[in-house]
Amino acid sequence: MAPQPAPKVRVQAEDFDPGREQALLTQGRRDIGALVSFIGLCRDENGSLESLELEHYPGMAEAEIARVADQARERWPLQGLTIIHRFGRILAGERIVLVIAAARRRADAFAAAAFLMDYLKTRAPFWKKERRADGADGDWVEAKSEDDKAAERWR
Amino acid sequence: MKALYFAWVRERVGLAEEEIAPPGDVVTVRQLIAWLSARGDGYAAAFANPATIRAAVDKSHAAPDAPIAAAREIAFFPPMTGG
Repeated sequence: MAPQPAPKVRVQAEDFDPGREQALLTQGRRDIGALVSFIGLCRDENGSLESLELEHYPGMAEAEIARVADQARERWPLQGLTIIHRFGRILAGERIVLVIAAARRRADAFAAAAFLMDYLKTRAPFWKKERRADGADGDWVEAKSEDDKAAERWR
Repeated sequence: MKALYFAWVRERVGLAEEEIAPPGDVVTVRQLIAWLSARGDGYAAAFANPATIRAAVDKSHAAPDAPIAAAREIAFFPPMTGG
């Protein structure tokens, strides 16, 4: 098997272009048989939410995502991995997170992408604060027990 | 060592970061949380329910009984809600 290129991990305020990231990951490659992309978006909660303010822990965010990426690469034979997570103000409808997993076979790419998202949600140091559409102060989003359960199933 | 606070922990403490010098008998994350709680009303509010507090030592997740002796930077924050 060809050596896996290092995962690409970015934490940034600006938006990303999923199509461009997919093209970069597969450029010049002939060994990849499956590419699974996940894009997390800011939903408007039935019109009540104007935007999210995403706070993060600079340095640890990148390090923790890289640690989760390494775990994914130990568990599945991956041919490439791109993870981008935004911070700052993100309007309803905008992209928040991108995970692209490339593998020879689709089962590995699907599983790795799901694992990465489940682990990022519970381990990557990001916190969402809501800004409401009616101008009232929003709350910090509370962690969901479903997210913990989703991460637990990989143990 | 440097203490960092994020999200509602930061808001309640009223600081994003500060230098702290806990006494020598404070050796674990759990003991540091108890020591910080006694520093004022904001700290007490932030750390009122330790079960909702997560910690990181030098940018790695740390359990409540993790040692802090060698730490340069300790961060406290709520459960994460990224993704």
